[in-house]
Amino acid sequence: MTATSITTGSRKRSLWNHLPVVHQLRQSVGLQRGMLVTGLVITGIFVLTAILAPLVSPFGYSQLRDANGAFGAQKPPGGAHLLGTTVGGYDVLSRVIWGAQTALIVIIIAVILSIFAGVMLGLVSGYFGGWLDRVFVVVFDAVYAFPSLLLAIVMSIVISGGRSNLVGGVLAAAISITTVFIPQYFRVIRAETVRIKAEAYVESARVLGASNARIMFRHVLRNATRTLPLIFTLNASEAILTLAGLGFLGFGIEPSAAAEWGYDLNKAVSDVSSGIWWTALFPGVAIVLAVLGMTLVGESLNDLADPRLRGRRSVAKASGLVSETSVVPGGTLKDEFEVPL
Amino acid sequence: MTTVTARPPAQMATRRKRTSSGGGIGRYILIRFTLIFPTIFILVSMVFWLMRATGDPITAALGGRLGPEQLAERIHAAGYDRPILVQYFEYLGNVFTGNFGTTISTNKPVTEVLLTYGVATAELVFYSLIVAFIVGIPLGLVAAYWRDKAPDAFLRIFAILCYATPVFFSALLFKLVFSVWLKVLPVAGRASTGSELQMQFLPGKTGIYTIDALQTGNPQVLLDVVSHAVLPALALGLLTAGVFLRLVRTNVIGTLGADYVDSGRSRGVSEYRLVTKHAYRPALIPIITVIGLQIALLLSGAVLTETVFEWKGLGFELAQFLTARDFVAVQGIVALLAVIVALSNFVVDIIAALIDPRVRY
Repeated sequence: MTATSITTGSRKRSLWNHLPVVHQLRQSVGLQRGMLVTGLVITGIFVLTAILAPLVSPFGYSQLRDANGAFGAQKPPGGAHLLGTTVGGYDVLSRVIWGAQTALIVIIIAVILSIFAGVMLGLVSGYFGGWLDRVFVVVFDAVYAFPSLLLAIVMSIVISGGRSNLVGGVLAAAISITTVFIPQYFRVIRAETVRIKAEAYVESARVLGASNARIMFRHVLRNATRTLPLIFTLNASEAILTLAGLGFLGFGIEPSAAAEWGYDLNKAVSDVSSGIWWTALFPGVAIVLAVLGMTLVGESLNDLADPRLRGRRSVAKASGLVSETSVVPGGTLKDEFEVPL
Repeated sequence: MTTVTARPPAQMATRRKRTSSGGGIGRYILIRFTLIFPTIFILVSMVFWLMRATGDPITAALGGRLGPEQLAERIHAAGYDRPILVQYFEYLGNVFTGNFGTTISTNKPVTEVLLTYGVATAELVFYSLIVAFIVGIPLGLVAAYWRDKAPDAFLRIFAILCYATPVFFSALLFKLVFSVWLKVLPVAGRASTGSELQMQFLPGKTGIYTIDALQTGNPQVLLDVVSHAVLPALALGLLTAGVFLRLVRTNVIGTLGADYVDSGRSRGVSEYRLVTKHAYRPALIPIITVIGLQIALLLSGAVLTETVFEWKGLGFELAQFLTARDFVAVQGIVALLAVIVALSNFVVDIIAALIDPRVRY
């Protein structure tokens, strides 16, 4: 999927077709396409809500009163507050909308950080091998086996001491999530690097006198990143769940600093016992939708990358040839990572 | 979120190299067993260094409440003013002998906390695994058999929803519907006060409420205990059920296409038998491997589920200690969970190797 693979035809169109998601969208059929499109639409709405939060939200996330006086606590949905108010007197709808923004920022920081760290470590470890590689593999395997939420909790204690304002809270959450993800990127990129290292073109680059750095970034990295969009979507959904889990356990961001769905759900636990449903339902549904959208996209990309699961049975039967050129080395991504919380 | 069918490739590669001369199951178990120790060592050390990077636990827990002199005294008494390396080696030695320190907020040995509440968490995890099996495996078979048909589409979306719903949200919803609105199941806790009193003075008290309730011989107590467990087990179980469903589906689709299934069909084996016996059995192996990975997921989920239902287990206690900023207790619980995860992965690997000779390298 590098620029060199574009040889014939209109350059613009092939590039368009080679864009990760567009390519898969054209490839998909039937139910698969339905899932992918649904996922893309939900994710799109989520991203738009996050970006446009200041415009679409009726109130601020930490607003307690307007011209008509204080909102009042635990007001049922209706009237000025479409989705009611929380026990703290915030407007539920505004908190849900602003929560999307917090979630998006955390995802972006977390995924960028973990791609950067995981890819670099995996590349260096896989390329040079030796004792360093072995140490990395053992350490990351140990981290990988560990309950991810607990790891995130420990990290969040380290970073912010468990209490947080906006920047500190968002960063703490993002870095905590990053720690959980690094082993996954490390593992995928390392496996790819080890495979590509043995390819003839790497050998010939070395014979031509290319430096290690050049081979690593130009020849190996470019060919090892094909699976990243897929892991990215799956991890983004996991990031939302981890953020919400952290917030639910009280490691969230203070309500005056930003809106966070997990925190709101935590505050809603006691509401539920007294039959107040709106403070729990709406932030929860927001989490489910955001995760659902991204999972549907990631899921479809994963299935499309696996010829055995792609499309119809007839296609699957004739998949012997395809699997050789499958996006994912050595078959499917199934072997590469686990189901997150 | 995808399904998993094998151990980490990297780990596999190193192991394969080591035993390239071949070897039996005994040798495999031995090698796999020795691999537990570095894992536990790394995790326990990591937890120690990370937690201590924030400073000493006494200041964290009591910083606002005591004067600087009293603080220094407490820190000195607990030995936190010694060089960090000395403390580290002492900690490693203590962990090796099963001593995880003393909690600051409640002043109990962490080991005692772990034993008391670990049982409750184990009970919850066991129940939810049962839910996951009962829901996940049959539905996975259905989805695989009617692949790409309506049942499959429906079940796949169900599986994704199981995953996409945070366990504390589904727990809250169950609580709202069944406990608050319908009033058919209890709101929180592991048993009602009356039942707990009856179980408290049993001679052979296990802490596993189901067994204790059986010991009282009172069906009402048993019913009470089971009804308290239904919602937490359901919330946590559904999370895993989605994983099992997808796993069974993917693997059974693979085995249903195998030649021996075709030959079975041509010999007149019923479709039901083909799915539930011929295709299902070989698809079980990856599921067993995945249970190992699920233990980590279930423990994370248990922390959240227990918080919602006030199920007095390790997770509930962990949340309490986190709020009290009692990092000695947190460190102890996290270290114990690391050991549990390492051990359960070991057991699962051995079971997988016993079932499938190809797993031994």
